[in-house]
Parts: sequence; C-alpha cells; structure tokens
Amino acid sequence: MGFDPRHLERNFKSVGTSPIRPDGVDKVTGRARYGADFNMAGQLVGRVLRSPHAHARIIKIDTSKAEKLAGVKAIVTAADLPDLTDGNSEMYAILDNCMAREKALYDGHAVAAVAAVDAHTAKRALKLIEVTYEVLPHVTDVDEAMKSTAPVLHDTVFTEGVEPKPDAPSNVAKRTQYGHGDVEAGFSQADFVVERSFKTEQTHQGYIEPHACVANTSPDGTAELWVCTQGHFVYRQHCAELLGLDVSKLRVTSSEIGGGFGGKTHVWTEPVALALSRKAGRPVKLVMTRDEVFRASGPTSATSIDVKIGARKDGTITAASASLRYSCGPYYGMWAELGAMTAFACYNLENVKTVGYEVLVNRPKTAAYRAPSAPMAAFAVESAIDELAKNVGIDPVEFRIKNAAREGTRSSYGPVYGPIGIGPTLEAVKNHPHMKAPLGKNQGRGMACGFWFNFGGQTCTDINIGMDGSVSLAVGTVDVGGSRASLSLVAAEELGIAYEQVKAVVADTSSLGYNDMTDGSRGTFSSSMATISAARNAIQTLRERAAQTWDIPVEDVVWEKGHAIAKGEKYGNLASLSLKDIAAKSGNTGGPIAGHSELVADGAGVSFATHICDIEVDPETGATRVLRYTVVQDAGKAVHPAYVEGQYQGGAAQGIGWALNEEYIYGSDGRLQNPGFLDYRIPVCSDLPMIDTQILEIPNPNHPYGVRGVGETSIVPPLAAIANAVSNAAGVRMTHIPMSPPRILAAIEAEQAG
Amino acid sequence: MAGVAVTTTINGDEVEFLCQPDETLLDVLRDRLGLTGAKEGCGTGDCGACSVILDDRLVCSCLVLGAEAQGRQVETVEGMARGDKLHPLQQKFLEHAALQCGICTPGFLIAAKDLLAKNPDPTEEEIRFGLAGNLCRCTGYDKIVRAVQDAATVMKGA
Amino acid sequence: MVEVTLWGSLGAAAGGLNKIDIEAKDIRELFRKLAEQYPSLEPYIDRGIAVSIDGVIYRDTWAKELPEDAEIFLLPRLAGG
Repeated sequence: MGFDPRHLERNFKSVGTSPIRPDGVDKVTGRARYGADFNMAGQLVGRVLRSPHAHARIIKIDTSKAEKLAGVKAIVTAADLPDLTDGNSEMYAILDNCMAREKALYDGHAVAAVAAVDAHTAKRALKLIEVTYEVLPHVTDVDEAMKSTAPVLHDTVFTEGVEPKPDAPSNVAKRTQYGHGDVEAGFSQADFVVERSFKTEQTHQGYIEPHACVANTSPDGTAELWVCTQGHFVYRQHCAELLGLDVSKLRVTSSEIGGGFGGKTHVWTEPVALALSRKAGRPVKLVMTRDEVFRASGPTSATSIDVKIGARKDGTITAASASLRYSCGPYYGMWAELGAMTAFACYNLENVKTVGYEVLVNRPKTAAYRAPSAPMAAFAVESAIDELAKNVGIDPVEFRIKNAAREGTRSSYGPVYGPIGIGPTLEAVKNHPHMKAPLGKNQGRGMACGFWFNFGGQTCTDINIGMDGSVSLAVGTVDVGGSRASLSLVAAEELGIAYEQVKAVVADTSSLGYNDMTDGSRGTFSSSMATISAARNAIQTLRERAAQTWDIPVEDVVWEKGHAIAKGEKYGNLASLSLKDIAAKSGNTGGPIAGHSELVADGAGVSFATHICDIEVDPETGATRVLRYTVVQDAGKAVHPAYVEGQYQGGAAQGIGWALNEEYIYGSDGRLQNPGFLDYRIPVCSDLPMIDTQILEIPNPNHPYGVRGVGETSIVPPLAAIANAVSNAAGVRMTHIPMSPPRILAAIEAEQAG
Repeated sequence: MAGVAVTTTINGDEVEFLCQPDETLLDVLRDRLGLTGAKEGCGTGDCGACSVILDDRLVCSCLVLGAEAQGRQVETVEGMARGDKLHPLQQKFLEHAALQCGICTPGFLIAAKDLLAKNPDPTEEEIRFGLAGNLCRCTGYDKIVRAVQDAATVMKGA
Repeated sequence: MVEVTLWGSLGAAAGGLNKIDIEAKDIRELFRKLAEQYPSLEPYIDRGIAVSIDGVIYRDTWAKELPEDAEIFLLPRLAGG
C-alpha cells in the first residue's frame, strides 16, 4: 500500500487536525485505569526478594520460615519456573532475569517472591526467606569489564563476531562492524582530523508509573493478566512461553500505560506474578516500588565511544570511524550494534567504519530507551563534527548541510536512502530565528542532528459499524501518547465521517489478532495503515449494500464524503445513501457491516531531526540553565499535529535530563546508590523553557498518507546539541555525559590550568 | 496491629474508614476508598503523582498518614469536576494536549488548582516553580504550562 | 539472480564473504537458500534478519519479491523503544 501522491493536493478533512482524544476525559478526572488501579476479588499481594549483591552464586534458598508465617499463600523461586525455553537464548535471558537461577547478576536481581494476604505480611515474609550467597567479584564499568582481568559474568560467553573465535570467555559478548570504503585512505586525504573519546553514563526511561499487574491463573490452564505494557501481545507471548501456557488461553488486557519509552517492551515481574497465582490458586497483584524500578527493570546502556573524523579544507568529510562500547547488563542484546549502525547515519560518506562491542556488566538488564543506542552515538559524532567544523573554519550548520545524506546516499549501515528529511531539517534550522537570537555572557548555542529507523510490524485492526452509524475501531497497538485520536482521525478520513462518530479502543489479546508492541515509533504508522485497509474493506461492503438496495451493479457505486453515490447519468434520480442510512438497514441486507485488516506494515520511513539549544553556564558553580530549545523534525505527514509536537517536546526533555543530570551511580560495592527520584533527578517544570517545534513533512513513499514514525527521533540530537552548547558557553569541549555541575566545573578548571 | 477509626471529609462528602496506624493517606484513598486518581509514582514524596489538598495545603499523600486525615478536608482529582462539567483546568489540559500518558495528570491538576487558588494571576516562572513538585516524563511541561495559563485567564474572567 | 550484501558479522559467518549471488524470487526463498548454502548463517536467520530492498527495510514479509537488479542488504532485525 504505497504513498498516493494525490494526497499532497488532497484536502484532508480530519487528518491534520488536533481534536480532543477519546480517552482524555477519563484521564483528567482520575477515572482512567492504569496498571495498579485494577483489583480482583480475593487477590493477594505479591512482593519480590532481591539480591543485595552485584554478583553472587546462589548456594541455597530456605523458604521454610516464611512459609509458616500466617497469611503467606505461596512462595516461588526459580524452581517454580522450569526452563521451557528450549535453547532460545533471548527467552532464557528473560526467564533468568525474572528470577535468578544460579547466580545473582546485579544488585536487585530477583531471587524469590511471595504472595500474601496483605503488604505487611508479604514484607515480613521476604525478611524470613534465608538466602545463602557466595559473593563474587563484580564489575560495573563498561571499559573495566572489557579488560582481561575483569571478573567474567558467564564462562560460556565467547566473543561473537571475532575471527578466530577466542579461546577464553569474556564479558565482550559480540563484536559487530558496519561501513564501506577505505577509512585509512580517506584519513590520509584529510586536511583536518578530529579524534576524541566520549563517555555516557547509564540512564533510565523514568516512566512515572512503576510496573504493575494483576495475574490470575486457573487450574484449567487458562489465565488472565491485567498489566501496563507497551505490547500486551508480546507479554502474552513471553508469559505463555515461560509458563507453558497456550497463547490463546492467556488473556492479557492492556491497562492505560503511565509511560514506557521502551522499558515496558518485555516482561519483568509478570511471569512471577502468574507463577505465584498458579501456586496460590488466587489472583496476585504485583506492583514494583520505585526503588525496584531503578534497580531491576531495564535502563539503557552506559557507553564509551572513540570517534575519528577527517575532512578536506573545503569541508568535505573524507573518512569517519568509531569504536563503540555499550554495556548491556548481564545478558546481551543488540545495543552496541544499533549504536554502530546509527552513528554516522546522517551523513553522505565515501569511507566509513564503525565497530560495536556489546559488553556484559553487573548491572540490570538493558532495555530499549527511545531510539535505543542512537543518542549516545550521536553525542559522540555530533560533538566531533562540531569541533571539526570549527577547525576547518566553516559554520556548523553549513558543514552538516554540505555532508548531509540525501536520496541516493549509501547509508553508513548499508542500504541506499530513498527520500529523506535531513537536508530539509538543516535548511529549516539555518533559517530559523533561533539561530539569529543574540547570546549573552556565559551563554552558548549548540545544534545537532539525529536519525532513527522507525518500524512497521504485524498489525490487526477491526472496524465495526453500528446500526446507528457510529463506528467502533478496535486496535491492538497500545496507546502511549494519543494514537487512539490519530487512528480515529484516519478512520474518519477514509470513511468520510466526523471524528466524533468514531470510538477507538485498545482491544485485549483475545479479541484481536497479534499486534507487535508500540515501540520503534510504529504505533500510528502501522495502525493507521491497518485502519486505512480496514476502512477500505468496510467501504467495499457499504458499496455492495447500497448496490443491493438500489439493485444496480456495485461497479456503479462510489463512496464519497461518507455517502454511497450511484455514478452515472442514468441514476440521476437516486438520492445518495449515508453511512448511517446503510448501517440502519444492515440487518436486512446481509448482517453487521465491518472491515478487518491483518497486515504487516513494512516500509516504515526513517526520520531525521535537527535541534538547536541555548545554554547558560555559571563558571563558578558549573550550574546550567536551558534558555531556549528548538526541535525541527520530519514527520512525513502529521496526523494529529498537537500530539506530534508533544512527541518532539517529550523526547527533547528526556534528552535534556540525560545530557545535564541523569545518571546511575554505583558504589564500589556494586550497589546502585540513587534508585529514587530524589537523587536520580529528571527535569522538573522549572528546569525547562518552552520547547519550540517545527514539523516538516517529507512524505514516506510506503504509506498512503506519507506518515513516518515520530516518537523516538527527538531524543537522538539533544545530548549532542546540549554538549555543543555547553562547550561553546564554557569554552571547553565536554566529553562526559551527563554534564552535571561538578563535571562542567572540573572541565573549566582543567582548561584554565592546562 | 489494631486499626484506627478515622472520620474525614473527602471532596465535600463525610467519609469514615478504618486503617492501620502506618498506612498512608495514599494507600487509604486507593485501596480502601476506591479513589485511584492519586497515583503512587515513588512512595517517597519526590514525584507529586499522589498530590492532594489537605485543608488548603498541597501535600504528597504518600507522606501523610491515613490517620492524619481525622477531622480534616481532603480534595482529590475526583472532586474537581461538577457533575459532567469539567473544571477549567481539566478542560484546558485536554484542549492544549497537556497530557500524553496521563499518569501525572491528576497530580498536576491538583497542584495547579492549589497554585491558582493562592496566585490567580501567575507569571510563567511562577507557574513553573509552583509545579516543580510534580514530575512529568512525557510532555516536557510546555503544554502543561500553557494549559495552566489559559485556565488562569478563564478562571479570572469567570 | 540477486546480489545480496551481508553486514559484518553475517559476512564473517559466511566464510568472510561480503557479497553473495543467490537465485531467489522472494525473501522466504532467499533465507532458505542461504541456510542451505551457508549453514553457519542459520542461527542468525533464526534470530531474525531484516532485509533492505532498494533502501526499504522489511522485517517480517517473507513473501516480498526480490526484483531483478534490486539492491539487497541483510541487516539484523531491529528493535525500538
């Protein structure tokens, strides 16, 4: 289903407007139900016992005293979760992460869980569980973990992607490489070369809602799960596999979700809740505390990156290379690989080489965080680009325009680009009033570019037309930021009816076919394609019913502005039939009218963004103030512009927190020192200015309206834009994120001394 | 532990409940009274998602004991609308798209209501500092501030 | 006949080859033939591979045809957040 260029001239009636969302009133009145807002009769309270050690062998778990405590109805350990993963290493990692099997691999790793009649009893029961640990040496730093002297997390891991295969196990799980051309030759042609090393500390997605679920397992092999998740079908899949349930017998209902950003894309405690329920024979409600969320859900990687870029004196980049080391926690993923793929994605390069190293450390299991791995790589690359532009003597925006990728460029990760928006975002930034605003003392301006892939995936959508002409739209992609409104706009547009006539809901897993989760900026992109397809199927039926009513061939019936119209002069006297008219008679013309769609929405368009920010640095304390921030990003087609702006602003705000203050702080004992919102401080209202946004629309040729995903790209440029701004304000190149006041002060003092 | 009997007023209605001495007002609201509008985001008074008004004072209900509500007035988000008529703050939050996931929204509405009751004509800076006790991870606060500004204008004129 | 470019790790697993010529009319046949001719690629295929056809990335569409002379690039199956 490709892009229809007539849409460029088309007068959209609904798409492109910003009405109030269907779930809005519930959310402002407190009626909306999130993960912890649901209760089942007879439910027990579940709590998890977690390792206080960063790395330890579990010798013995004695639950006997806890079992005797009145009010305790079930206790589970790894023994209650047999390994059904059948060699699937990804699922095994999830299983082991939910409940440690042989070793505790990080401070906070689950080792046992209880279900009791109330929270008091559950907490007391945890204290009565006796775990015998053999504490092992630990390693939490990504560079330290790569050394041959580092404690090894798994002696079965030998670095993948290295020839010949190493003979000793290590914490480097994988080495991956991307690029083309000959970087050595390219560097030899450069007149200017910048070579720098950068570090970024670990951060958490910081969703305000802790993981929460209510699990209810029946003796007949069926189960239900109410849970906050970005993908209830994915959670169903994971839980069914890990617990040995049939997928169709586990009904998962997605609650409203209080933020995810990638952290709720796989299970953390849900299989444990189901196991507790199975053992106790009663529903179990399991809610993580904030402390547990930080220690035992999925923060992003900490990184250590070396970048080298060379350019001729006319500003053309001749070669670019990067070595990217990403921590993944105790189990490997593809985090370093994504960094290696995205690092130079904004540029048109003849010679480029990136190497990624996936490094195991004794920290919680890394999960995706909004355009995972891209922000850190962009920080390193865009900082180096800024420095290079300065050395060459060209304006940083012009330098990037000169080297920007365009349609036909071979990307640094391989494929050739189709029509893309990096050039337009740079041009928009160049001409933006923000770039001309005057700067005062100790103030600096920075800009940076960012890229993200965006995805499609499996999507099912149902449209059912009520006999009163109102339309039910059931989708399977969880609504994290307003997609129910966007999808209602799309349905209204296709059917030619008012937005208010459509009611969108997120269906549970028993009511709809499989849907991939809401990640990869795919929610509106994929579900809108499925909605358009379902609507067109419904229109086919509507036309047939009209044709039947008029007793004319269906080929002579067109659908326009919500009405069936008999096309042709001979039908001059036939009044058009509205959707409502046809629906009212549907019982007699063949039954309920519906349109379904089950499809794979592939061909998601990549998206680019360029950000500008102004920062003031206090040279005495290193404190910073964000004075002004502008986001320019390509959306392909903004279905609901206010919500697209919201995504731009939200991603920018997370990037600002990441750049200036957020980090996981580990003690020498390997324990997380700041698992709370007081000391892991995310931006508050008084930290930020208004965030200006500019939506560009370069249509994605693979979507009927040209829609591209928008949710993730806006977190990619901020680390770099802010680093460039701080570097300009402070007069010293910043290379360590977050640029908290102590770091900035130390850099200023070192520059003054050296 | 023996329960404590408490009589209090919530959103204008007299309410009686029994709670444990160490139970928070947040737990009482959510688990005993079915008022799940206030959320637990952190349990340590750092996020503001549990904000309620206690006798004209904005508090984190996770830092107040249920027993402390004895003889006092509690206002939660559930009491802001009058029947099916939304409070201007609620209306403006919707119009300005000042929520994405919405989990922080009840806390912000209560905090904003308290702010405007004490300062009906705040500057942008006063709004930002007045709401600095409430965390939002989705919006970047831009549209929240605009919604509060717009609601303040409406409420002054009314 | 299509020419398929393999990314770094895949190339290493295919015995150091970076580009392979394969006779395949769609993605399903491509995966089948790759696994047959280069058994060391099978674990990667099982784990999930995305296919870029003339710059457009396909993650799940095995019936997608491979046009003659298209640029085919194999990438790891990507994840988002």
